[in-house]
Amino acid sequence: MSFSWARPYDPKHPFMRWLDERLPLPRLVYGAIGGGYPVPRNLNYWWNFGVLAGLFLMIQIVTGITLAMWFYATNDGAFNSVEHIMRDVNAGWLLRYVHMNGASFFFLVTYIHIFRGLYYGSYKAPREMVWMLGLVIYLLMMATAFMGYVLPWGQMSFWGAQVITGFFGAIPVVGEPLRVWLLGGYAPDQAALTRFFSLHYLLPFVIAAVIILHIWALHIPGSSNPTGVDVRDEKDTLPFHPFYTAKDGWFAAAVLLAFALVVYFAPNALGHPDNYIPANPLATPPHIVPEWYFWPFYAILRSFTVDFVLPAKLWGVLAMFTSILLLFFLPWLDKGPVRSGSYRPMFKRFFWLLVVDVLILGYIGGAEITPFNIALGQFAAAYYFAHFLIILPLVSKYEQTLPLPKSITDSVLHGEEQESAPAGVKTGKKTTSVAS
Amino acid sequence: MVRIIGFLVGLAFAGVLLISLFVGVSEYVSSPPAPTAEEEFHLAPKPLHLASDGPFGHFDKKQLQRGLKVYTEVCSACHSLNHVAFRDLTQLGYNEAQVKNYAGSGNYWKTEVPDVNPDTGEASTRKPLPSDHFPPPFPNEVAARAANNNALPPDLSLITKAREGGAAYVHSLLTGYRSQPAELLKKFPASKTPPNLHYNPYFANLNIAMPPPLTTEGQVTFDDGTKPTVEQMATDVAAFLVWTAEPSLERRHSAGIAVVVFLLFGTILGFLAYKNVWAEAKRTVRVTGPLEPKNKAKRKTAARKAGVKG
Repeated sequence: MSFSWARPYDPKHPFMRWLDERLPLPRLVYGAIGGGYPVPRNLNYWWNFGVLAGLFLMIQIVTGITLAMWFYATNDGAFNSVEHIMRDVNAGWLLRYVHMNGASFFFLVTYIHIFRGLYYGSYKAPREMVWMLGLVIYLLMMATAFMGYVLPWGQMSFWGAQVITGFFGAIPVVGEPLRVWLLGGYAPDQAALTRFFSLHYLLPFVIAAVIILHIWALHIPGSSNPTGVDVRDEKDTLPFHPFYTAKDGWFAAAVLLAFALVVYFAPNALGHPDNYIPANPLATPPHIVPEWYFWPFYAILRSFTVDFVLPAKLWGVLAMFTSILLLFFLPWLDKGPVRSGSYRPMFKRFFWLLVVDVLILGYIGGAEITPFNIALGQFAAAYYFAHFLIILPLVSKYEQTLPLPKSITDSVLHGEEQESAPAGVKTGKKTTSVAS
Repeated sequence: MVRIIGFLVGLAFAGVLLISLFVGVSEYVSSPPAPTAEEEFHLAPKPLHLASDGPFGHFDKKQLQRGLKVYTEVCSACHSLNHVAFRDLTQLGYNEAQVKNYAGSGNYWKTEVPDVNPDTGEASTRKPLPSDHFPPPFPNEVAARAANNNALPPDLSLITKAREGGAAYVHSLLTGYRSQPAELLKKFPASKTPPNLHYNPYFANLNIAMPPPLTTEGQVTFDDGTKPTVEQMATDVAAFLVWTAEPSLERRHSAGIAVVVFLLFGTILGFLAYKNVWAEAKRTVRVTGPLEPKNKAKRKTAARKAGVKG
């Protein structure tokens, strides 16, 4: 697709030839994730997480469709139907625990995928569109996960829905009518539950569609790599299949192993006990917290405690949305010509500071509100904005970068140019088979 | 342009956050929050070890049977068990005749289930069948509150999953009743336990509406001869409530072991396949380009063996 040496699809079997002439679907797959897609040969394991995100989306869709066969989206039946699935449906407990923890793992691998992009400058030209489509997927994931969490209609489902839709109420003038319109009432109830179920079923397919665009856009320039150096020639690449299918395959099995440990031995570790209490609009839980993957944003929301010109709540909501939307502008905020953080000493330091900062925000978002936690959260939230909007543009302007390797192959071989085969030994299969 | 706008937006958010931080810190310094009785006297649940703990955990059926007896004779007076059906009791080691006898004979389970008189169509009640779920002690929330000083006894089916600490919390709560410490009354005179509530340091706000349910040894007689101390009854009912919260726990554990072994095998095979596939790629790099240092020695040895001077 992207490079002149990409292997064209050459069907051997007469049926595949027949099909290829009429519907070149195998050709499309071959060029996208088969032997026809040349990939830089030096990708490290951080490049495995995109495929893993796709795997978890598929797991979510399959288990979700099955769960929907048993789920009743009614405010007096939803909670009981989930318990019915857990107790009386064959392997229902497995489907539900896989779906519940699958969401967590989907976010976990997606976060690693995003931070990989941040470190290796995968958002930079010519891959801006790949980056932005990825952010669209991420936003859709957040909406889907939020609505999915509402469906079991436990205490956290209900109060989470109340709090999150309350954000819209903070918008001046139109906020309150907008909130009522979105919920179909003044508080989450039957109307909200049914529409959340409908959208929760729809959005994963929208995500799948945007993933196709994401991969399409990726295949124009081809995958980036840990050096950030462009691919020069065929020596720099390997066909996706069998090399990266093999690498992705074993790593996916290892991640599924970790997933199985959680699903089978600690299925409720990532959830909140309050969601095993049926929703009660008259009893507010002492600590309303969203699922862990929203904690950093929840911390940013709660960090605004002072009405400075605007009400604190509006500041919080604006900041929370800005914290994600600013990522769309990253390719233009960080204009440094060097992509990979490995060759940007100053950028690298700030990157790790950002990782620690987001982890702190995550901790604060899930923790109890104490004066110390609030202060720490405010400091961490301030750094988050300063990092992307102030520090990163300045760093990209003034930093001294390290020399880049001449090519990908060069970097793989640690740049030992002079080294060559010993005299008298022909370089070829014969020698290497002895050597290895 | 993007950078200028970004800079201003970043400055605004970071600035307001730092103002918030400053205001918060100065408020904290000028008027530090007063400590509360809950903060100082609330206790984390005592550790509790059950047979169902851990990845190889199994239910102790004898213990679950004792726990069922405690629930039947004590808890069921106020607490429902909505999600559990009588037929589920076969998992506790009872046969179908025993379950039928437990539910419908009237000797063990007393509450009847609502029904309709087939002749007149009037509301009536009947003895439960194994297919029925455990009927609740009160017909609705209003009746439950009216009988319990306006407190609502929660459904117990999921209680060990719905409380931080799970079974350990239930066990600690049941054995945690005591008189209010003098120190607490001295320090927080306003926190004296109100009438109709009971002091229990394992409960979130220290004062619980439920009167001590397990008070005397021998309150329940166990069929297997286990000595029915308060501690024993509390442990057994906590174990029983782990089962009611998740009857599929044993199946989950045994399936989990099999899946983990399978995936471990798959991961190892996959890794070997990956190594095998990539060995070729690494060879091609070696022959088409310069060598990695660690391969240099190998190549020298190979050259020597082949009888050529390196």
